[in-house]
Amino acid sequence: MSDCLKTNGYLLMEDLANAPGVPSAERRKQGPVAIFECIQEIPCNPCEQACDKDAVRVGSKITDRPELNAENCSGCGKCVSACPGQAVFIVDESKGDEAYVTLPYEFLPLPDKGEIVLALDRSGSVLGEARIVRSRLLDSMDRTAQVTMAVPLEWSMQARFFKRKEA
Amino acid sequence: MKRRDLIIIGAGPAGLSAAIEAAQYGLDVVVYDENALPGGQLFKQIHKFFGSKEHRARERGFRIGQQLLEEAGRAGVEVVLGAQVIGLYDGLIVQVVRGDRIERVRANAVVIATGASENMVPFPGWTLPGVIGAGAAQTMANLHGVRPGNDLLMVGCGNVGVVVAYQMLQAGCRVQAMIDASRAIGGYGVHAAKVARTGVPFFLGHTILQAEGDGKVESATIAQVDERWQPVPGTEKTFAVDTICLAVGLTPATQLSRMAGCTMVNLPGLGGLVPATAQNGATSVPGLYVAGDAGGIEEASSAMIRGRLAGLAAARRQGFADSQAAESRGQELHESLDRLRGGPFGERIRAAEELMHKALEKEAACQTA
Ligand SMILES: Cc1cc2nc3c(=O)[nH]c(=O)nc-3n(C[C@H](O)[C@H](O)[C@H](O)COP(=O)(O)OP(=O)(O)OC[C@H]3O[C@@H](n4cnc5c(N)ncnc54)[C@H](O)[C@@H]3O)c2cc1C
Ligand code: SF4
Ligand code: SF4
Repeated sequence: MSDCLKTNGYLLMEDLANAPGVPSAERRKQGPVAIFECIQEIPCNPCEQACDKDAVRVGSKITDRPELNAENCSGCGKCVSACPGQAVFIVDESKGDEAYVTLPYEFLPLPDKGEIVLALDRSGSVLGEARIVRSRLLDSMDRTAQVTMAVPLEWSMQARFFKRKEA
Repeated sequence: MKRRDLIIIGAGPAGLSAAIEAAQYGLDVVVYDENALPGGQLFKQIHKFFGSKEHRARERGFRIGQQLLEEAGRAGVEVVLGAQVIGLYDGLIVQVVRGDRIERVRANAVVIATGASENMVPFPGWTLPGVIGAGAAQTMANLHGVRPGNDLLMVGCGNVGVVVAYQMLQAGCRVQAMIDASRAIGGYGVHAAKVARTGVPFFLGHTILQAEGDGKVESATIAQVDERWQPVPGTEKTFAVDTICLAVGLTPATQLSRMAGCTMVNLPGLGGLVPATAQNGATSVPGLYVAGDAGGIEEASSAMIRGRLAGLAAARRQGFADSQAAESRGQELHESLDRLRGGPFGERIRAAEELMHKALEKEAACQTA
């Protein structure tokens, strides 16, 4: 594992390569699936509690890391809003040359559907333009909204946040 | 002098939990808090908490505070606000300021749950307006809806630093940088990551050299530190900021435990000087218990369990809790606490508990010798 999370505050692709909560490239092509970017042993398991499809498991030792059972995951996103670390994303690579990335969002106002924003990677660097496909805030989400953006396919495992363009 | 079964000092998560637990066994319980609002730190915590369902994970802190208050009300606990405890005599006589009067109340047991105070670091310019503690920043933004500043430097990358930095972003501040003298981010990676992906840079192994400005903070200069935490010349960087937020650790509030004559131990892993306590929070003074951050800096989730353990112990001591049921309740609480303290982030607490245990054994040996 790299030191990047400890020194810069973000994960590198190599840190996620063997993480138990990351779906395979094949699975991502089949449709929406959750990615658990949670690789430290912290005392936490709301993702497991939120999932009614038995697709993510932490187990009785709550410091164990979340493990994804990608076959069971429908990409419903319940775990995204439940996660207190905002560490769960939904990626869908079944949309042709675009990927849909859904992220937890706790800022107001929410972006509008169709709005063009700047996609950011885990370090906050600008990747380029993205299009907001959906903004969703249900009561059950307890104020952790879910924003879905469409990005070029090759950014599907990089784009994790966005910045709104200056008006 | 009035007499109560149990007096609790502090209405944070530890104190309220101790009160709820003890009241369930039929004790007559009063909680004093100097603040105008109950809940301690919880009322500033707008983020979702970690843990498991039994620890109220995924609830936002302020909501946990509301739930505890309602539970305390239902259990018949009396919560007295604006009541500052200024003295503790013979361990069990509580002196409390209420309005313009000072009252003395005797208790059969007392739980100190007074929390902690924030540490500060002095540097040239640290008295300029604009240098604030992370707790103050949180109070301004989350309780009063006031943005502490526009451009902010956060000093400290523990959980408090990363959580408050995110809340400042939510309040509309630009966080120009996060710094910490340590070489590694102490807070949870997931908390740091949600700050980092908004574009905030982290500078580990850096300290603040000074704050500059005419009558208020206008900029801050940081520099890298060497192995002995001395600034390395030539590595200075200056940020245009109007706010410098300090999140450099907490110190347990021990004024009352020291005044009561508790045996104290110095355990850096718990935040410095703390009263020596058994696992249920019992101090060296019979009938006097400590729970939550006042007995060692940890988390609200664990403060709630430590509070319950102290409340249970106070009930048992007075013969309120039938021992078999109380025994298994105690066991259940200890197991819940152990689940929270697992993993690498619990290492600090586990090691300090070990040292505490050794200190108590030594103390017992001295007493029998
Ligand atoms: C920014 C931040 C984020 C945090 N995030 C989390 C988190 O996500 N999860 C988590 O579990 N924990 C979190 N914590 C930690 C948590 O808030 C504390 O560990 C917890 O509040 C400690 O509880 P306590 O009851 O011991 O003390 P406190 O909550 O500090 O309560 C102490 C109370 O005692 C009162 N008091 C003190 N002295 C006196 C006196 N002499 N007379 C009368 N009353 C007195 C005070 O007014 C206060 O109300 C966070 C802390 C901070 C600062
Ligand atoms: S996206 Fe839905 S199905 Fe998949 S792990 Fe999360 S909660 Fe379970
Ligand atoms: S809820 Fe989030 S932070 Fe907690 S274990 Fe699951 S993914 Fe990690």
